[in-house]
Amino acid sequence: MSPELINLIIQATGESLFMVAVAAVVATSFGLPIGIFLATSGKGELFAAPKINAVLGVIVNATRSTPFIILVVAIIPFTRLIAGTSIGSGAAIVPLTIAATPFIARLVEAAIREVDAGLIETASSFGATPLQIVFKVLIPEALPGLLLALTLAVVSLLGYSAMVGAVGGGGLGDLGIRYGYQRFMPEMMLAVVVVLIALVQTVQTVGDYFAKRVNRRLRHR
Amino acid sequence: MNVHQSLTASGPLKSFSPPDSVPAKVPAKADAMVRFEGVEKTYPAYRGKPSVRALQNIDFAIPRGSITGVIGRSGAGKSSLVRLINGLEKPTIGRVEVDGRDISALSGRDLRLAQRSIGMIFQHFNLLSSRTAAANIALPLEIAGWSKTDIAVRVAELLDLVDIADKHDRYPSELSGGQKQRIGIARALATRPSVLLSDEATSALDPQTTRSILDLLANINRELGVTIVLITHEMSVARQLAKEVIVIDGGDIVENGHVADIFTHPQHPITQTFLAEVLGDAVPVSLASRLQQNPFPAGQAVIRILVRGDAGDAIVARLAREFSIDVALLSARIDEIGGQRVGSLTIGIPGGDAIAPQVLSYLSQHQLSAERLGYVA
Repeated sequence: MSPELINLIIQATGESLFMVAVAAVVATSFGLPIGIFLATSGKGELFAAPKINAVLGVIVNATRSTPFIILVVAIIPFTRLIAGTSIGSGAAIVPLTIAATPFIARLVEAAIREVDAGLIETASSFGATPLQIVFKVLIPEALPGLLLALTLAVVSLLGYSAMVGAVGGGGLGDLGIRYGYQRFMPEMMLAVVVVLIALVQTVQTVGDYFAKRVNRRLRHR
Repeated sequence: MNVHQSLTASGPLKSFSPPDSVPAKVPAKADAMVRFEGVEKTYPAYRGKPSVRALQNIDFAIPRGSITGVIGRSGAGKSSLVRLINGLEKPTIGRVEVDGRDISALSGRDLRLAQRSIGMIFQHFNLLSSRTAAANIALPLEIAGWSKTDIAVRVAELLDLVDIADKHDRYPSELSGGQKQRIGIARALATRPSVLLSDEATSALDPQTTRSILDLLANINRELGVTIVLITHEMSVARQLAKEVIVIDGGDIVENGHVADIFTHPQHPITQTFLAEVLGDAVPVSLASRLQQNPFPAGQAVIRILVRGDAGDAIVARLAREFSIDVALLSARIDEIGGQRVGSLTIGIPGGDAIAPQVLSYLSQHQLSAERLGYVA
């Protein structure tokens, strides 16, 4: 493979990582509070607001059930509004974030719901405020689950980021489509797939490592 | 089995001479640490399930500095009672006072402040798995807004108090049940509460650990003067620790008084069932299976005597002397509860039915409740 092509791969990998990183950070900063709210706003729960909970649940489900490629196209005007363009890696961050946020919210909700309800009751009996319960009990106790959720979200984002290549989003997917498919360069397609596999493997390994490290439910050593 | 059932049906405990002691008086208002006045708790109907009345007509007062047992089977209303005391729920009717304050009328910040003077320990410890022993104990102090240095000092004191200073940096998953409950106790005492609620705190522990936790609670009551409310389904736990006992069943208080009175003169069938478990008043299965209904000359008449107080003193020797017979001791269990002897004796009287009727009338003349169970070879 020529040095030019290798450079292309390196550049595309950088673009993919950039898209995924920014989308993951932004989506987490929205998805985490939404997920916590979804997990604690049912009837009789910490922030009981069953109606808002139901509405939010519908919105989350609607976003999640829209196929990603359709979502990307459907929100082009919104993407233009935010990013000033609808082409390139920067623009691709917008649909990536919008797709990842409800996904992260559901994963966070599941992780928070895993926390023993007895602990919420315990903290309440000490006179803890709902916010104290979130920050001192729910998040620390759910941390291993939250880290695994985040890992899963990043892995999914890597997949999505390859998909935005199809609509001019840049990154590894773009490279695979344009060189591997349209110019019929199987070695380029193979390289893209190998890099993606390596990235997913790395993210998963790192995520598993940290999730295990913060998990005190298991006996150590 | 039949024998046992007939015993329960005839109610040998009930036939015992009526109590001459006065039931525990409700302490004067100022002495009460926890006070329920006409409390009813009804959970409203929800998703097709009918409404449930968990507690009704609850009136009692727990004296300041006492250890009071609240005994009931599961579903009797114990959990609702606890949640009313620590303000996690409001009574449907009536009022709940803790330390002279109407906790049922508080909400928001006032309630949270009041809750800091109520410590609580739990059956499953409810420790945070993500925090070390020390950090778990620090949790209520962080919630109360203490400074880091004050917290460190207080946590060290508490670890000493519950005798697990060496477990400072251990996570709950590395500790035994007894050690976890000690951390639970230290955490509950962190904010220097005036009441400690123990919700089945020893139910998940083995008998030896239970004993050590109960000893620790007794020490804490003695040294810190903390009022302890001991919610349990085990009469033996209440017996070891409590001075006062409240028995609840089906959401009602069925009995309330000094532990010695309740154990010696139980009034309600539920209390009697609880007592039978702890006193071993039930006839041993191996003996019950050998019992025959009809007397035969070579057999022994089996008589069971309920011992309540001093009336049973040296009864085996007295019977042997009075009737010049060899009295066989078949099974016995006597405990001392609140300074009174309580338990049962099962004895064998030789000669089939020759002497047994006289023995029974002798026993009843001496204020002992006794019953002929049958005959054994």
